[in-house]
Amino acid sequence: MPLWTLRGLIQGTATTEWPKDPAAHGQHGTLGMPRIGAERCTEDCHRCAEACPTNAIALDTRGHLETLDYGRCIHCQLCVEACPSGTLQPSSEWAFGVREREDLLWSLAPEVLPAEARLAEHIEHSFRGSLHVRHVDAGSCNGCESELQALNNPFYNLHRLGIFFTASPRAADLLLVTGTVTTAMREPLQAAWTAMPDPKRVLACGTCAVSGGVCGGTETSGNGLEGVLPVDVWLPGCPPNPAAIIEALLLLLERKPQRIHGGRVHER
Amino acid sequence: MSAPLQKLVLDADALQARVEQLLAGGGRMQMAYAWQAEPDALEVRYLAAPATGQPLELWCVRPVDGVLPSMALHAPLLGWYEREMQDLYGLTFRGHPEPFPLVIERSEGVPRAPLTLPDVVDPQAQWLGFGPVRADVVESAQFLFLYIGEAIVHYVPRLFLKHRGMERRFEGLSPLHGCVLAERVSGVGSVAHALAYCQAVEQAAGCAVPQYARQWRVLLAELERIYNHLHYFGQLADATTLKVGQAEGRLLEERVKQLAGALTGQRFMRNVLCPGGLRREMAVPADWVDRLSVLRKGVESYLAQLERTTSYLDRLITTGVLPREVAFDQGATGPIERASGLDRDLRRDHPYAAYDELPVPVPLAESGDAHARAQVRAAELRASFDLLELLLPQLASGPCRVPCEAMPGSFGLGWAESPRGSLYYAVHVNADGTLARVKIKSPSFSNWRAFPFTVHQTNMMDYAINEASFGLTIAGCDR
Repeated sequence: MPLWTLRGLIQGTATTEWPKDPAAHGQHGTLGMPRIGAERCTEDCHRCAEACPTNAIALDTRGHLETLDYGRCIHCQLCVEACPSGTLQPSSEWAFGVREREDLLWSLAPEVLPAEARLAEHIEHSFRGSLHVRHVDAGSCNGCESELQALNNPFYNLHRLGIFFTASPRAADLLLVTGTVTTAMREPLQAAWTAMPDPKRVLACGTCAVSGGVCGGTETSGNGLEGVLPVDVWLPGCPPNPAAIIEALLLLLERKPQRIHGGRVHER
Repeated sequence: MSAPLQKLVLDADALQARVEQLLAGGGRMQMAYAWQAEPDALEVRYLAAPATGQPLELWCVRPVDGVLPSMALHAPLLGWYEREMQDLYGLTFRGHPEPFPLVIERSEGVPRAPLTLPDVVDPQAQWLGFGPVRADVVESAQFLFLYIGEAIVHYVPRLFLKHRGMERRFEGLSPLHGCVLAERVSGVGSVAHALAYCQAVEQAAGCAVPQYARQWRVLLAELERIYNHLHYFGQLADATTLKVGQAEGRLLEERVKQLAGALTGQRFMRNVLCPGGLRREMAVPADWVDRLSVLRKGVESYLAQLERTTSYLDRLITTGVLPREVAFDQGATGPIERASGLDRDLRRDHPYAAYDELPVPVPLAESGDAHARAQVRAAELRASFDLLELLLPQLASGPCRVPCEAMPGSFGLGWAESPRGSLYYAVHVNADGTLARVKIKSPSFSNWRAFPFTVHQTNMMDYAINEASFGLTIAGCDR
């Protein structure tokens, strides 16, 4: 009879020290959302907008990059590969959770960094101790589920942060939604939300849930959570990696500050 | 692509004789789909795989006034394809044994997932509905059990709640954008989907992919198989309440995903493949091969430990038996069919990418139970490591891609043996070079069709283990 418990003990601790140790997130070598570099567009090339499969990029009248909606971005890297001037660059920025959908929109206009003030009263006291999450797949590709399931593996070990997945929406504080919200899943999703006790929060996990992403726009697919449920944290990514999901959960709990404002990274 | 594709035009009346002839010769139907061949005319294409060693066949049939004879009584696996065409293309299949909606049903114009339940006479029997929002982090589907006490009398999975209309989403896209979309049909099969899709476009364009890209495609596809099969063992250990076994399986899966991320920049290895080859030059990071061999040792030890655990084996042996005939008739594919003794694997039978240069062992088992399915997957896991170890030292150099312009009005069929079984992409190209029609035959669509046959007349205690032993995805099935 094999001794699994002993075997587990002998293997020691597999859990990362992240986020306490900022380098131990386990995502080394992965690419995130494209970064907009200091070099501005030099030619009227339109290549990035044409390369983007989700219409996340808008150009101004001169054909230069004007806005980039990270809420539509699936970090497919096609714009980065197409850009001749170095305006769009590859980056390892994957933690893009924000509270306001507008904060995912980068635009050429000068950035205004909003005050941190509203943070303190934003989250209810009842969530401080622990958070119980009900996940609903509203029409995903299973990529987000794969990364959510990874949260409970020994490397990320989500429990250590006081965050738990729960079976019943009646015991849940947070509804974590993945997928484009298909016509058939809209009703079960809303039923799950209605069954949750107040106070309750919603996290849109993955670009599909934020905007429909590359899969939205058909007769049955839906276009994400906008207009379906009130969203508290938007997390684009295709899929967001497990560390990005943890960052977004900690942002919701106000245990981490929001890094992205107006589509730009601001470390505080 | 070494095995060519044979295209035949058939009359609707000749279909039955042709199907019977194929079955008599040891062949099997693979899929069927409809497309708008002309502005006012639909065409149905049947894909048939004759006995091993012969090329795949594509039968093109024109429906007469929107009607074709149903082949579901002769080749039961076609039943779902016919129902799908009925729902999405308005065709009628004369004599279909289950003519109910499958993928989509409209009530007051709103599309919804259909549900048809059999009539029940026994007053003791009750329906138990489970889902679509189920415990744990899982994909959405509704499972309906007709049960008496612990006994499951009949089982109906209600799928297609997640039907996103992905095949429609391809229409009008450029072939490159189509690849990005193909990677997002089934997340845990990103590489297999991109590979089958790219090969379909390459066939339509008539371009030959350089060896460098073909080898890297195999490398990524086998790495995808490894993390999927490890996930599978984690799930199976969870279903058999082996908590440490579950944790270890999940940890090994995480390590592979991290290796995949370090290798390709994306944990699901997306954004690498493109029609014509690869999007960029690849490089194996310095310590990568060493990390892989450390991982392999961990996997070998883990599998050996599982195979010694009697409580785990007891729960798998004789659970969820899929007899060979049922697996064949209902179209089971991949490790599921191989665990029921059917000797098929696209990597060996119709080699693609660089598989013709590599030995591809095809592990089989005969008993068709959950244990057989686990044994086949364990053997495949080891074989995938062997393939990687063989391939890594002999990676070719050279260009990573060739220009690949699909010709106007052209057609291509691509395939891949995904971790879950046979995956086909049929791609029709418009006159302007954009995609006109893309059909996706995913392995989970096939295996979900076969799965209920292992659930009827069993018991509730075995259900979770049986489901885990199939390793199904819902996104791939629903599309």
